[in-house]
Amino acid sequence: MIDLTVLAAAGEVGGDFFKERESGTLPCQADTSRLFCLDWAKDNLDRYGTPTLQHLEMVLLAVLIGFVVAFALALLAHRTRWLQPPLLAATGVLYTIPSIAFFFLLLPVTGFGRDTAIIVLAAYTLQIIYRNTMLGLTNVPASVKDAARGMGFTKRQILWRVELPLAVPEIIAGLRVAVVSTIAIATLAVLISAGGLGTEMYGANLNFPTAIIIATAIVILMALAFDLVLLTVQRLVTPWRRFRPR
Amino acid sequence: MSGLPLFASIGGAVEFIFAPQESNVTGGKKVGGFDKSLELVVGHLEVTFLALALALLIALPLGLYLGHRGRGELLAVGIGNAGRAIPELAVIALVATLVGVGMRNVAPALALLGIAPIIVNAYVGVRQVDPAAVDAARGMGMSELSIIRRVELPLAIPTVMGGVRGAAIVIVATATIAPLAGVETLGDFIINRNVYGENGLLAGALLVALLALTLEALLALLQRRLTSDGLKLKTV
Repeated sequence: MIDLTVLAAAGEVGGDFFKERESGTLPCQADTSRLFCLDWAKDNLDRYGTPTLQHLEMVLLAVLIGFVVAFALALLAHRTRWLQPPLLAATGVLYTIPSIAFFFLLLPVTGFGRDTAIIVLAAYTLQIIYRNTMLGLTNVPASVKDAARGMGFTKRQILWRVELPLAVPEIIAGLRVAVVSTIAIATLAVLISAGGLGTEMYGANLNFPTAIIIATAIVILMALAFDLVLLTVQRLVTPWRRFRPR
Repeated sequence: MSGLPLFASIGGAVEFIFAPQESNVTGGKKVGGFDKSLELVVGHLEVTFLALALALLIALPLGLYLGHRGRGELLAVGIGNAGRAIPELAVIALVATLVGVGMRNVAPALALLGIAPIIVNAYVGVRQVDPAAVDAARGMGMSELSIIRRVELPLAIPTVMGGVRGAAIVIVATATIAPLAGVETLGDFIINRNVYGENGLLAGALLVALLALTLEALLALLQRRLTSDGLKLKTV
C-alpha cells in the first residue's frame, strides 16, 4: 500500500498531523465510527488558514493567466477563421490530459511547487474559456453587426463596443465553469508539493474523516462563493438583459 | 521550493514502460516493465469502464426523462454545478476512510463524479429538440417511451455524447488517484514513487495522458457513428 508517511517525512504533506496520528493522540481517533469530530474541528480550525490562502492564490493566478491567454486566442481566431479548428483541437488536448498526469509530465521542466500547479491549472481552463468566448462572439446576431457597420463603426469598434459586450454572458458562463472546476482540481496540487487545501485531504487519509470533511467543505464553499460573485458581475455588466422578455 | 531531486527523463520513462529496471530508490530491486504496465493499464480501464457504465445507467435515463417531461430544470442544472465543485481527491479520500477500499467501493464513487455531466447534457440535449418533431411523433401515435428512444435521443446525441465524454474524462483522471483507496491503476506508478522511482512517476503520467487522449478520441469517433446523417448535414 501507499506509504504516506514517506511523503510526510519529506515535509511535503500533513506536517505534524502524521505524528499525532501515528501516536494515536488525536481526539476521537479511537472511535473510528465517528464521522465528524467536533472537538478536533474547534481546536484545529486555524490550521486551514494557510492552505486556504495558498489555494485561493493558485486558483486566482491560474484562472487569470488562463483567461488572458484564452481570450487573446479567441480574438485571434475570431479574426483569422482558419485558426479555429486547430485551436479548438489544441485546447481540447490540454483539457483532456488528466491534471495529475500533466503535473508530473511538467516536473522535469518546471520542478515541484506552485509554478507547475499554476501552469497546469491555467492550461486546463483554456478550452472552457476559449470555447465560450467563441460561442458568445458567434451568437451575436448578424443584424446587430450590420446596424453597427451602417452607423459607421470600424471593425475594431464593432468588436469592442458591440460584439464583446453582447458576448459577456457566454464569456462569464465560461469563467464560472473554469473557476469552479479549478477550485476543485487545485486540491490535487498537493501531489507536487504546491500546497493548497489538498494537503489537509491527502495528509489525513487514514481513519480520520474530520480533517477531510472540513477541507472539502471549504473547497465547496469557495466554489459557491466565486460562482455567486461572477453571476453578480454578469448581471451588473449586462443591465440590458434584465429587460429582455424571456 | 523543490522537493526531491529529479532524475527522470522522458526517455527513461519510456524505457521503464517496456523493460523492468532498477529504480533509483529501491536499491537493486527491479520495478516496472511491460507486464506491470499492461497490468496497471488493464486495472485502470477496468475501474474506468465500470464507473462509466454505472454513471450511464443512473444518469442517462434520469436526464432523458427530466428533459422529456421538461421538469426539474433546477435539479438538473443544480446537480451539474454542484458536481463540478466536488474535489476529486476528497471523493477518493472520503471513500477510503468512510466506506472502504477496493474496486467495489471506488467504482461507485467514481461513477458519482460522472453522473453530473451526463444528467445535465442529456437534459439540455432533449430540451433543445425541436418541439415540432416531438409533436409529429406523438401525432403518428408513438408512445412517450418511443418518442424518447426514437426521436429525442437520436436528435440529442451530439449533446448527450458531450456529457458522456465529459464524464469519461473526469473518471479516467480520477482513477489515477484510486490507488489511495486500494485499487491498482496507473496512478500506482505516480503515487508510489518510493517504489517505482522518478522514471516510474513520469511513465505513469505519460500512460495516463495517452490513455485519456485515446479514450476521448474513441468516444469522439463513436459520437460520429451514432449521430444520424441528417444532423451532420444541418451542422455544416
